[in-house]
Amino acid sequence: MKLELNGQTREVDAPDEMPLLWALRDLCGMTGVKYGCGIAQCGACTVHLDGKAVRSCVLPVASAAGRKITTIEGLSPDGSHPVQVAWAGIDVVQCGYCQSGQIMSAAALLSEKPDPSDDEIDHAMAGNICRCGTYQRVREAIRRASSTRSAQR
Amino acid sequence: MTFTRRDVLVSGAGLLIAFHVPRKGRAAQMEKKPSVDPNAFVRVAPDESVTVLLAHSEMGQGIWTSLAMLIAEELDCDWSKIRVEHAPAAPAYAHTAYGLQMTGGSTTTWSEFDRYRTVGAMAREMLVRAAAAQWKVRPRSLHTENGFVVYRTERLSYGQLAEAAQQLSPPASVELKPKKDWKLIGKPMRRLDTPEKITGKAQFGIDVQVPGMRTALVARSPVFGGKVRSFDASRASAVPGVEQVVQVPSGIAVVATNFWSAKLGRDALQIDWDVGPGAELDSGRLLASYRELAKRPGALAAAKGDADAALAGATRRLEAEYDVPYLAHATMEPLNCTVRLEGGRCEIWTGTQFHGVDQMAAAQVAGVSPQNVIIHTPFLGGGFGRRAVLDSHFVAEGVHVAKAAGVPVKVVWTREDDIRGGHYRPMYVHRIEAGVDDRGLPQAWKHTIVGQSILIGTLFEKFAVKDGVDAQSVEGTADSPYLDAVPARKIMLHSPRNQVPPQWWRSVGNSHTAFAMESMIDELAWAAGRDPLEFRGALLADKPRLWRALKAAATSAGWGTPPPQGRARGLAVHDSFGSIVAEVAEVSVDDRKRIRVHKVSCAVDCGQTVNPLGIEAQVQGAVVFGLSAALFGAVTLKEGRVEQGNFHDYRVLRIPEMPEVTVQILESDAKMGGIGEPATAPIAPAVANAVYALTRQRLRSLPLRLT
Repeated sequence: MKLELNGQTREVDAPDEMPLLWALRDLCGMTGVKYGCGIAQCGACTVHLDGKAVRSCVLPVASAAGRKITTIEGLSPDGSHPVQVAWAGIDVVQCGYCQSGQIMSAAALLSEKPDPSDDEIDHAMAGNICRCGTYQRVREAIRRASSTRSAQR
Repeated sequence: MTFTRRDVLVSGAGLLIAFHVPRKGRAAQMEKKPSVDPNAFVRVAPDESVTVLLAHSEMGQGIWTSLAMLIAEELDCDWSKIRVEHAPAAPAYAHTAYGLQMTGGSTTTWSEFDRYRTVGAMAREMLVRAAAAQWKVRPRSLHTENGFVVYRTERLSYGQLAEAAQQLSPPASVELKPKKDWKLIGKPMRRLDTPEKITGKAQFGIDVQVPGMRTALVARSPVFGGKVRSFDASRASAVPGVEQVVQVPSGIAVVATNFWSAKLGRDALQIDWDVGPGAELDSGRLLASYRELAKRPGALAAAKGDADAALAGATRRLEAEYDVPYLAHATMEPLNCTVRLEGGRCEIWTGTQFHGVDQMAAAQVAGVSPQNVIIHTPFLGGGFGRRAVLDSHFVAEGVHVAKAAGVPVKVVWTREDDIRGGHYRPMYVHRIEAGVDDRGLPQAWKHTIVGQSILIGTLFEKFAVKDGVDAQSVEGTADSPYLDAVPARKIMLHSPRNQVPPQWWRSVGNSHTAFAMESMIDELAWAAGRDPLEFRGALLADKPRLWRALKAAATSAGWGTPPPQGRARGLAVHDSFGSIVAEVAEVSVDDRKRIRVHKVSCAVDCGQTVNPLGIEAQVQGAVVFGLSAALFGAVTLKEGRVEQGNFHDYRVLRIPEMPEVTVQILESDAKMGGIGEPATAPIAPAVANAVYALTRQRLRSLPLRLT
């Protein structure tokens, strides 16, 4: 089947029911997308499907065929997405493992709600677990990314 | 971990500095392969890059940055030219205090403080001497400046000097900068690993790809200590992508072309397990048996005076029993290990905290010498103690699978494998009897602790187990600053054994001892009708560091002023890993009796700081880790089976539950302590004490649940 992945068309040979996560990681080499739970509980596998955040670990690859898939590798060519810039400025990451998923969830939130309230941030990010406990800086970075984007408009 | 600290070794074998240059540079000592020179801590290259090699693993704690700061401080190089790599497993990288290459015990920064600065100073000295030779002037007439050696108006870059400098032998001794001249140490520095970690480029063990590699999942016994009696692989082998099904000591491995096939293959295995006596384990019954044991005398961990007589003669006697459950670490990156056996070598890619031990274990399984075990260390997706495994089980298993399969293999654990895989913070019970005087101050303290020892029966036993007492089981009680003021005291320990493998878990023994100690002290304060802060002040009269931290946290939390409607505050202070952390929690309880933590005010005295921005992150993170355990964490067993399996039933803190955490770092001349773990322990008692202040219900079991 054909996947529209990060702006390119990729042919993958996968059974329809294989979770998109494993098609991306094992067949397409997109290892920035992470496995954390396999049951849509931790958000480490978050990617964008037609611009919306989805958990790729429970999404059959066949249902993603023909739709626009964006992974952390395709969010920006050089780490310059406002969310990534804010993440670097606030020094959010620790071990880093959950951070692709956190950033993808945050980017999807801001594209839908450019100026989210604190509750909206918590709600949108509630599905992304971080065991290092970066949550406070995640909140700060999302607020900063939001205000940077507002300032640019 | 709190092994006895030796003085940090500054000099000695293995402290050589390599200047990595193209092969035409022919210094004798560099004839060995420079790219894997085990003696190298820093490389200065002609392209101006300065590469720092880490003897320890970066697992989120920020040493990728803090150790580089130590070298850069003395080397006086351009910070933007710094690159960092994990060092290989080699004797040169042995822990300066423990003598074995490892990452843990909140020791990395203090144990490397002298070694990494010295390396930086030696490298700088060699660059200066190389420049002096070129200019034909005395080295003392030169100085360095941000990656250049300077003589009057002339400058040579470190890159230009790298090749000449590597011909020189390292100086026998160097002088380190006085503190007043530090430019980096103590300044907030952003992490050097951020660019990779925000773009998905950072490689973790689970991301490793080796040519010809297969992915394997292992079916392990559903009961601790169980063995395979027989198995039928026919259905598993029929799954597309499954190539082999092999038996290894830990179970049955399904080897496939990708994770998903391996998973489906493993699901299709039919295994008859000989589960053994572990099937009797039931955490409820185990807790009841621990409570019984806590009433009986145990091995003596510490004693002064006659605690029993003092208890009998006390004005008032208080008794309390505290318990904590088994806990999984639940690192975000599940365990994994990639192994390639080829040409008499065993190559391993894994996120480990235990290079020294894993290298020996792998050598034994692979049948090669330890120096032929090459460990590549990608980033660790969290550690928290889970990857410092005394029996090297996940590395040994990886080698077994690769050996049986005859191809390079990456063994991956699922989340369920991780949560059910044991190596837990053990369950513990504390029983405390205190006798108080007419001011409510304790005059007698009898304390019995029950729980599995992590170290008995391991190669660390000789360091930390004396007269049957594992120091890590009682750390934070036997040496509690509160007990110094108690004239008659006795701490006893029972270390029952069972099939559940115990493991270090962020803050180790302190994760339960701080809960028991700080809850009991709080109970005494309330029983005496005294303010919990003022009461602790009376007990800590001659502990100025603890008292200062406690007062700082309390002041920042607004202690003594009324909290917002429906909220209350609780506090705790604990001394562990050489650092003192005080925390004040502000909580409320909702109509469904759920505890909500709104604010945590922390004050930290960890001695000299290296990177305050990293310290703040570690304290915030440790609070989150401790809060997950305080509010949710419990692994329970029924008929030997772990009842939890994933994040839906092994709950951890999520962002809506995140309190506002403030961190004050106190100026301190004290000896440098650790920072990864110490803030974990005080949060559970701080929250429990706040819940008591709010509800007058004393919660003595973790996780905290109101009834």
